[in-house]
Amino acid sequence: MLIRRRPDILPSEITPQEVYRQRRDLMRAGLAGAALLAVPQAFSAKLATVPGPYKLDESATRLKDVTSYNNYYEFGTGKYDPEENAKALKVRPWSVSVEGLCAKPRTFGIEELLKLAPLEERTYRMRCVEGWSMVIPWIGFPVSALLKQVQPLGNAKYVEFVTLADPKVMPGLRLPVLDWPYAEGLRMDEANHPLSILAVGLYGEELLPQNGAPIRLVVPWKYGFKSAKSIVKIRLVEQMPKTAWNVAAPQEYGFYSNVNPNVDHPRWSQATERRIGELTKRKTLMFNGYANEVASLYTGMDLKKFY
Amino acid sequence: MQAPSALRMLSPRQVLAAKIVVFAISLLPLAWWIWGFNRDLLGANPVETITHGTGDWCLRFLLITLAVTPMRKLTGMHWLLRLRRMLGLFAFFYGSLHLTTYLWLDQFFDWNAILKDIVKRPFITLGFAAYILMAPLALTSFDAAIRWLGARNWQRLHRAVYAVAILGVLHFWWLVKRDLTEPIIYAVLLGGLFAARWHYRKT
Ligand code: HEM
Repeated sequence: MLIRRRPDILPSEITPQEVYRQRRDLMRAGLAGAALLAVPQAFSAKLATVPGPYKLDESATRLKDVTSYNNYYEFGTGKYDPEENAKALKVRPWSVSVEGLCAKPRTFGIEELLKLAPLEERTYRMRCVEGWSMVIPWIGFPVSALLKQVQPLGNAKYVEFVTLADPKVMPGLRLPVLDWPYAEGLRMDEANHPLSILAVGLYGEELLPQNGAPIRLVVPWKYGFKSAKSIVKIRLVEQMPKTAWNVAAPQEYGFYSNVNPNVDHPRWSQATERRIGELTKRKTLMFNGYANEVASLYTGMDLKKFY
Repeated sequence: MQAPSALRMLSPRQVLAAKIVVFAISLLPLAWWIWGFNRDLLGANPVETITHGTGDWCLRFLLITLAVTPMRKLTGMHWLLRLRRMLGLFAFFYGSLHLTTYLWLDQFFDWNAILKDIVKRPFITLGFAAYILMAPLALTSFDAAIRWLGARNWQRLHRAVYAVAILGVLHFWWLVKRDLTEPIIYAVLLGGLFAARWHYRKT
């Protein structure tokens, strides 16, 4: 499958990594001249990929929408805040510590993670709990590929994903909007499901900070907030971990938070969604359209109870 | 804090000019949405941008309308009163656009879903209450209505604008997911306007 790139960003417009970094540092140093305003939405680096196993015949959301309309509360609660505020995030050096109930806990540098497994293109639907959705051509590798490296123990039942909370670059941390650091969690079988990936890029390039650079979770059959951004720690645990939105409003956001048009949020319906780029609304699909792949994970569970 | 006398005393022609200017400025948000929509400048989710923008301007015009009397007393610019009715009608105008955006671009006139929404979402109920309370004020905003109701009754009726503003702030307060900064700002401004009204109540 080819990555659909919109004609509004030509490969020639993409700024090489080094130039981009220099420019960014320049801007941070306050030396930005007006000429720098002409820098196109710059990506840090291209990523080589192999085709992934999941195809999606829906057109991808525009790159500029994917990189400008974000929920990333550490960088502000407005949708358009992270694009601006997350520029300050330094994504190198970066490491992810994988620990807890496993035989070989250790820390992985980002360069190592980028080479851990073949990077695949995975174009997925993304459904936000607020009622909008996108189609995003992610690049990443299965979560299972990383977990395998540390050899989880038999009593590891859940995986906790802890994200960066750095008050120096994240103005949103000043408000107690959520219980920082933002943490998410999956059941072991959910984390090991082949659809669950750790994404390092989208649209052929490395992730931008507002999308959760340098590495984030993507679990396409769950509401978007489950897919934790800018991960620094992964813990294998026996008890169901605390998750940020569940702690903030337990009656509204459950641990599972599977996309489900039949179970409404207490304050609004989840039956329909607005696909970004479309004016009309469409019906929300069970498990966000991934029922064939994941429904069996939940057989016998009352999904109204385990929302 | 009295304004210079040139600003306190305006000729009828100057008041008319002020009205025209304020009218034109008040249409700028709408002009921006139309322009921005056609040029793809309203962000990834233009319907949301317009829903929020119309709600914001409805509430802002309500607060501006409520600020007229204290401003007038403070500055001695009594002609400001001549702008008040228009400002109030702009609150209703943006409120109507807000409601239309919701009924049309959010719910696509699916009356079942709308009814469910009103019941499910108390903030929508409050918004509706605010709007329904605002409608009779807008509909009696012409001179014949004042004559017909009598100035005293008319004034009593139009005091409901305070209730509309309170409902508007509560509506905003309840719809926010986690970050209450903006509704708190509006609540503080409204509180200040109440305090000013109390302060000037006998003058
Ligand atoms: C007529 C019935 C009304 C309905 C159905 C309604 C509906 C809505 C909806 C759906 C939203 C967006 C909520 C979200 O994105 O989560 C909203 C936001 C808002 N509404 Fe209303 N509303 C109504 C009346 C009003 C009135 C009368 C006012 C002003 C007094 C008002 C002021 C606001 C404000 C300030 C916002 C927030 C905008 C922002 O987030 O910046 N609404 N309303």
